[in-house]
Amino acid sequence: MGLDTKWTLKWLELSAEAMKENRSRLIDLDRAIGDSDHGENMDRGFQAAMAKLADAPPETPAAALKMTAMALMSSVGGAAGPLYGTAFLRASTAIGDAADVEPSLLVDALEAALGGIVARGKAEPGDKTMVDAWTPAVEAARKAADDGGLPEEVLRAAADAAAAGAEATEPLVARKGRASYLGERSAGHRDPGAESSALILRAAAEAAL
Amino acid sequence: MSVRLVVVSHSEKIADGAVELAAQMAPDVQILAAGGTTDGRIGTSLEKVMEALDKAAGGDGTVVLADLGSAVMTAESAIEFAEETGGILLADAPLIEGLVAAAVAAQSGADAKGVKDAAEAVAAAFAGAGGAAAEPADHAASARQTAAPDAAGDFELVNRAGMHARPAAKIAGGISALDAEVTINGIDASSMTGLMTLAAGKGSVLRVEATGPDAEKAVEYVGGLVRSGFGEP
Repeated sequence: MGLDTKWTLKWLELSAEAMKENRSRLIDLDRAIGDSDHGENMDRGFQAAMAKLADAPPETPAAALKMTAMALMSSVGGAAGPLYGTAFLRASTAIGDAADVEPSLLVDALEAALGGIVARGKAEPGDKTMVDAWTPAVEAARKAADDGGLPEEVLRAAADAAAAGAEATEPLVARKGRASYLGERSAGHRDPGAESSALILRAAAEAAL
Repeated sequence: MSVRLVVVSHSEKIADGAVELAAQMAPDVQILAAGGTTDGRIGTSLEKVMEALDKAAGGDGTVVLADLGSAVMTAESAIEFAEETGGILLADAPLIEGLVAAAVAAQSGADAKGVKDAAEAVAAAFAGAGGAAAEPADHAASARQTAAPDAAGDFELVNRAGMHARPAAKIAGGISALDAEVTINGIDASSMTGLMTLAAGKGSVLRVEATGPDAEKAVEYVGGLVRSGFGEP
């Protein structure tokens, strides 16, 4: 299937479900190295996005992503709000008025999302943040698209790489965000932001199946 | 018309209180509060910040002040979201002190860049005076004013613009942290508004008189700033 408005809405819906299902797991991850509100914040943010999308159904993928960005930034509360909000906003801008997101445009959108997260959070790969999920995801997506992959293959490559990237944050010592206050003690725990990022990118892949 | 200000805080009460405080010093400046989340919790809300930016639009520019970490991120995001980002500046300054300095500068007609600079100059002044003990003024303070000052000096303004918002913010910010009663040409040097009413241009001589334990330090502080032209051309 093409990556159209229907796919976008399915992606967001599956993301919301994933946040609900993984709420307590994200809370547990965040309790270990943060302030244990990530699961609750993300769940509330995506519920707010769902409500907005239901109120005024968007007509393009970009419009759906922009509404989600607004909802996340307005209702998440913690740093994840502006970070994910900017990611969705920049992805929306990259997609523009395209009704169907081709693989190369999808890669541009993912790259723009990563750029937004980096611009807002000033984190680099290896800092034990969501950047560690998004960076390999963008690289894998670009490679898959360059190899002529179908949209669903590009998305699967991104999701797999994000999951691996999130898992790889476990031994890292945090250098950004709340977990960085813990220094060495942050090692041995998976970063909750990287984990929620991996879940969102997994939802994107599942929505294309 | 003047530059408008937007206050972004994790707490609705802090944002509202900061606006109340600054409004007292700058009655003609439009200052908008964007504190807390939409449902009144601690946090920041893009919607609230964007609403405030919307209301502030149409003035001579907008300067945004924010308190902690994610409030800064939310403010940056809101500026990115705003339809017309021209004329919106984010000041890197302590919320309360920066807001008051910004409000006073806006009240005196400074442009957006000048208002942002006034807020940020306060941060610099605070950093510079950080080591000075700021003991509460004792009851004898008022009696001191009538006696001869403990230290005094005359300094000629060398910068092109003379005394305006930014120099006034620098002087007042530093003096507030010192234990001394300081006047400049008879005006309370800890009052930014007061200093700006001096309307002293380039070549004017400022008479600094100080009384109290930090009197000499205060005169040196003002003298140093004036002689260096406040870092301006």
